[in-house]
Amino acid sequence: MRLANKVALITGGTSGIGEATAVLFAKEGASVAVSGRNEKRGHAVIERILQAGGKAIFIRTDVRRAAECRRAVDETVAAFGKLDILFNNAGVFYPHSTLDCSEEEWDLQMDINLKSTFLMSKCALPGMIQRGSGVIINNSSGWGIVGGDSAVAYCASKGGVVLLTKAMAIDHGRQGIRVNCICPGDVDTPMLPEDARLRGLKWSDYLAGCANRPLGRIGTADEIAKAVLFLASDDSSFMTGAALVVDGGGTAD
Amino acid sequence: MPNRVLDGKIALITGGASGIGRATASLFAREGAAVAITDLNEEGGKSAARDIVQQGGRAIFEPADVTRAEDCQRVVDRTLREFGGIHMLFNNAGIICRASILELTEEDWDRVMAVNVKSIFLLSRLVVPIMAKAGGGAIVHMASGWGLAGGPRAAVYCASKGAVVLLTKAMALDHGSQNIRVNCICPGDTDTNMLRHEARQLGETEDRFLSESARRPLGRVGKPEEIAQAALYLASDAASFVTGTALVVDGGGLAGSG
Repeated sequence: MRLANKVALITGGTSGIGEATAVLFAKEGASVAVSGRNEKRGHAVIERILQAGGKAIFIRTDVRRAAECRRAVDETVAAFGKLDILFNNAGVFYPHSTLDCSEEEWDLQMDINLKSTFLMSKCALPGMIQRGSGVIINNSSGWGIVGGDSAVAYCASKGGVVLLTKAMAIDHGRQGIRVNCICPGDVDTPMLPEDARLRGLKWSDYLAGCANRPLGRIGTADEIAKAVLFLASDDSSFMTGAALVVDGGGTAD
Repeated sequence: MPNRVLDGKIALITGGASGIGRATASLFAREGAAVAITDLNEEGGKSAARDIVQQGGRAIFEPADVTRAEDCQRVVDRTLREFGGIHMLFNNAGIICRASILELTEEDWDRVMAVNVKSIFLLSRLVVPIMAKAGGGAIVHMASGWGLAGGPRAAVYCASKGAVVLLTKAMALDHGSQNIRVNCICPGDTDTNMLRHEARQLGETEDRFLSESARRPLGRVGKPEEIAQAALYLASDAASFVTGTALVVDGGGLAGSG
């Protein structure tokens, strides 16, 4: 088991990539704190993990609020004794250009996708530094590397995540902390059909567009979770400040 | 005056009271543009506009906090009233906070993100329709070398500038068909008040900080006028096939290590 005796905290852990990562981490021996806003889904995720013999708790969290981030870290440490791995995964997406993005939608995406990474990491780091080791993985996007249409706030937030990752890697490398991010392409999660709906596109047309990449398909949440596992485990012990693109070749050209 | 590249053009420049913004306002005016300058700093903004007018150019100053939607609206309205259009928008306003995430307060995070990133959204959404209606335009955002590579004790600055680079690309995709080009500049350390402010934030002497900043292939920091030339290129028809790009102007600072 690659994460035996490790403790992980995963934001946005109640569905999609966060859920798949929580389940995989638990299978690899980690105790997992699942953070999210939806209690029903959160409890369903930890039930899945517990029934498979793993260890997990759910912490209801609005990651836009500093006090709730503080509580999420404190409750994780209270339950499992420490925090080794933080996966800043929570994210939202509204497909809008500069012209049709409201100020509220701008703020929401910048706060959940980017600011939460600052707030959570700020709470998690001191304990990691004290123990001399820790791993932080931020969920960016292929659209943190290249731009996408009708996605201004999303692209801005994810580009911000890539550079925040590098800046944090520089600041905390000597304290034994590794900080990396993943840049997934389109993945089979609830975010995808929601995007199709908001863009007013037929699901089959939308899906065909998403699959138009070298590997000819969208990714699965499990495939992204495996990339997160790699970055969270000692297999990536010489990696920090990196952006790992997992997108079926979508940004290759 | 022959061959002025911005004759008949109208530019709006944020953060135009000092540094790179002021140098760009002055250069754009010398190249024939009418320039609307905005900044929080009223004294500096007025003197920037006055300098241009004294040298025979056209300029106005409208004070604004570009993190506020209503201020952005007022600046755009005034520019339209005075000059009748906007062909070029230089989203240049920016601040720096030298701190790791452990040292950084939530208030500092919010302020840097608002000035460096959100202001671009707030102003661009007002200017894009004006440009689209006029058949096109050029928007230039101020990013940074630290929007491409990370720097120490600069977490929110890096996050904000990385956001600007990607916002540039996203906007280039959305508005290319309206003949609006969107690019950004990624300067290295440039001899401005902000650089001296950084030295103070880090508790270093100016001399030591400036000599550290000069450690790059060209062996010196940049001049605001050199960054202004890059903004002029991107804003002018010389860059008519350039959109979605990040132009690095840094004396070779990001060229490599060794």
